[in-house]
Amino acid sequence: MATARRAPVSTIRPLITPEGVDLRIKLADAGTRAAAFLLDFVIIIVAAIIITITALFGLSGLDGEGAQPLFIVWIILIFFLRNAYFIVFEAGRRAATPGKRMLGIRVASRSGAGLSVDQVIARNLMREIEIFLPLSIILGRSEMGLADTLTTIFGLVWTLLFALFPLFNRDRMRIGDLLAGTWVVEAPKLALVEDLSQRQNPRAFRFTQAQLDAYGIAELHKLEEVLRRDDYFALKAVAETIGRKIGMMVDAVDSRAFLTAYYGELRAQLERKLLLGNRKADKYQR
Amino acid sequence: MNALVGKDAVRQSLASFRSEREADWKAFEALLARVEKRAPRTLSEEELLSLPLLYRSALSSLSVARATSLDNALVSYLEALCLRGYFYLYGARRGLRQRIGDFFLRDWPHAIRDLWRETVASVVLTFVGFGAGYWLVVKDKGWFDAIIPPSLAGGRNPDASAEVLRQVLYDGADSNFLSGFAAYLFTHNVQVAILAFALGFAFAVPSVLLILMNGCLLGAMFQIYVAKGLGMELGGWLSIHGTTEMFAIALAGAAGMRIGTRIAFPGELTRMTAAANAGRVAATTMVGVTIMLLFAGLLEGIGRQVITSDVTRYAIGGGMLTFWLCYFYLFKVVRHGDR
Repeated sequence: MATARRAPVSTIRPLITPEGVDLRIKLADAGTRAAAFLLDFVIIIVAAIIITITALFGLSGLDGEGAQPLFIVWIILIFFLRNAYFIVFEAGRRAATPGKRMLGIRVASRSGAGLSVDQVIARNLMREIEIFLPLSIILGRSEMGLADTLTTIFGLVWTLLFALFPLFNRDRMRIGDLLAGTWVVEAPKLALVEDLSQRQNPRAFRFTQAQLDAYGIAELHKLEEVLRRDDYFALKAVAETIGRKIGMMVDAVDSRAFLTAYYGELRAQLERKLLLGNRKADKYQR
Repeated sequence: MNALVGKDAVRQSLASFRSEREADWKAFEALLARVEKRAPRTLSEEELLSLPLLYRSALSSLSVARATSLDNALVSYLEALCLRGYFYLYGARRGLRQRIGDFFLRDWPHAIRDLWRETVASVVLTFVGFGAGYWLVVKDKGWFDAIIPPSLAGGRNPDASAEVLRQVLYDGADSNFLSGFAAYLFTHNVQVAILAFALGFAFAVPSVLLILMNGCLLGAMFQIYVAKGLGMELGGWLSIHGTTEMFAIALAGAAGMRIGTRIAFPGELTRMTAAANAGRVAATTMVGVTIMLLFAGLLEGIGRQVITSDVTRYAIGGGMLTFWLCYFYLFKVVRHGDR
């Protein structure tokens, strides 16, 4: 009951809409963001390679005369790829680069107001010292050899400090986020799934009041998760545990039907309590 | 027995809560998916008007669901849907044309005026660097090689003859190469400017050093030309694009300094707010700097090679500087209405 558990650092932040509803946005964690960046990075590199190969083919076809405009187009395209890729996508309607979109995250203004273009520009220009500076130090030094190891290490530590900045603050902000007043939040596209309590109860399991009082909302949500995952062994294990607790013997083949029935009854019971103003958060609460 | 009846009634009413509103949620979702992909112009008038209504009904469904339903999936779905709707409806986007117009008429000059203190500091630092570079090379020729790497100097050094030095100034390069050269210069300069800006984050120290170094380079170069009596000519060679380019770099440095100083000394605001405010002004400035550097690249890559008369070079350089100064500091559009 009094198990002193250390609450993990919460990633939920309030966002009160003008209508007065708290949307409780969830910040994207560092791993997701790193993955999104890697995806974008791969896209950029692949695009750069394709552009370069096309340019080289064009060069061999045109020889000499047409090479000049081709060179200009190439240099401008690469420049845009490096500097404008993030800005253009994040200034768009979905405020996310393709990498972010794939992982269901987007950029949002910390103030809750609309994201403006200057914010997007500010957050992305700072990538220069977060990503490209460390990269250019590594690449530049590897050409020179190890003559200057000490300065390289110093430079790397200094730049890594910038690159790893999101790990050192509560809101997982990059330096660019800090300067632009933005953060990156989860904005997944979820489908509306079936209501589990509407499932039929074919074997007509019945539960007594005492059996339904065994669990609370936290357990109900876990049970919902298990039922939606629909993994045979997990269902069996959970059915056994619940059966033991409420004193019912459940056959392994029946576990899904049993859990569905129990879920439906438990939820109805807890929802009724909720309507009467009694929120039973978990099984410890009376 | 009573409890069982109550339970079924609750279950029934929650099921109808969902089934009655489900169509609205689905309609809202479909509409959002459309407007996120294409411009809102593609929506019919009715659909456009229904968007905020559907959003509000989804929000109220969310409130009800949170208070009464224990179906986690349903609440998560509604939360995600409402968040998407919120971001879309309160995103308050202006059209692209209006945004570009606003930038040139108002935002850009305004940001630069806002940065005037840092700009003055940046220009002064450039001159200090210039003086230092000049003075160092006067004292000891060895400093020239230390300040300007030989690869950059391209054969220009204190011992080079006046002929060699003059040749660099007036030799128009192969004209076929010019536009490519301009494009290269532009992208290179912008990268340097972005660096000067981004480094400002480290309490402005690297930005200040970069600006000083830039001035130093210039001073050292000037000294060897002045020593050969070619100072006037070098001035022309540099000023045709240099007034724009140096001004742009000074502005980028100023933007960096603004960020660094605001983080170090946020004043009455919280450090976060101060940083965010500084970042937005600086970002607008940086877009402007990019545009200036585009002009500078064209002038340097093409104009300087084609135009070899000193007077014309000075005229163009001076004209550009006057243009920028008037645009930034004298041009004020008064706007009526909101914002």
